[in-house]
Amino acid sequence: MSPDSSDSAIFGPGDRVRVSERYPASHHRTPWYIKGKTGRVDVVYDAYMNPESRAYGQAGLPRVTVYRVEFDQADLWESYRGPANDRICADVFEHWLEPA
Amino acid sequence: MSEHQHDHGAGEESQGHPGGTPDIQLSYRAKRSLAMQELLVEKGIIAPDDIQRSVESARARSPSDGARVVARAWVDPAFKQRLLDNALTAIAELGYDFVADTGLVALENTDELHHVVVCTLCSCYPGALLGPPPDWYKSLAYRSRVVIEPRAVLREFGLELESDIGVRVIDSTAEIRYLVLPGRPAGTEGMAEEQLAELVTRNSMIGVGLPLSPELVTT
Repeated sequence: MSPDSSDSAIFGPGDRVRVSERYPASHHRTPWYIKGKTGRVDVVYDAYMNPESRAYGQAGLPRVTVYRVEFDQADLWESYRGPANDRICADVFEHWLEPA
Repeated sequence: MSEHQHDHGAGEESQGHPGGTPDIQLSYRAKRSLAMQELLVEKGIIAPDDIQRSVESARARSPSDGARVVARAWVDPAFKQRLLDNALTAIAELGYDFVADTGLVALENTDELHHVVVCTLCSCYPGALLGPPPDWYKSLAYRSRVVIEPRAVLREFGLELESDIGVRVIDSTAEIRYLVLPGRPAGTEGMAEEQLAELVTRNSMIGVGLPLSPELVTT
């Protein structure tokens, strides 16, 4: 994906992860609807520049590993009435993930 | 939204546009964007025509570029595997490059799993393969609804999926862009790659539609 391969990823495919429930007013790219929710690591991507510092004119370094995290729809929305195999994936920066 | 409304009467028009001063009402955001452009030029960070060139290069791409990639994947199983393994290097074989430091992933729709792409945070989109995103893709309605009631949204696009096909919404929240690789329609055996590409719609590569049936395309 990017030139820097992420050798230092702390989670691996299949790991259960919980998205941190933080609500900073500053720029971040973790959508609210997955905060506090538990999913599983689907893909470990490379490390990308950190948008939280880039948004304020900095270089976005050090790079942060990005994960594609998959959630069951039923775990995100209490009212979800679709089939049990409906899912959502979001790309989440490592510092937003905790072991679950 | 940003189309210029230039419906002036003859009288107004005859006053001309001295110095190119726009006589249209600019929105707050348009004014801010112009002010930022002028500052960037003034500070020497960009050249005056950089933005124009960048807009033109974005508009030079269209869904027919993505369709070429999909059609190649349909006729060439080895290419399809390379596309699914590493989309960036696979599309480079067809002469496409991508924005630096942006990833690209192709996700295959199958009989069991249907992908639909959104960017809930803004409007991330694989523009280098599909051109500029359609307005609905950027709308708050699509971005907020497709994650919570994807099947209802797909139905509004005319796509009714059986309940045994899982719907997998892909929220492109970081630097990876997603291209949906739709399934090859039935009845297309023996069709040439160029004909197949005509069946591949933009919406089928976002996941809100399916490719056209071959009988819909005039030969």
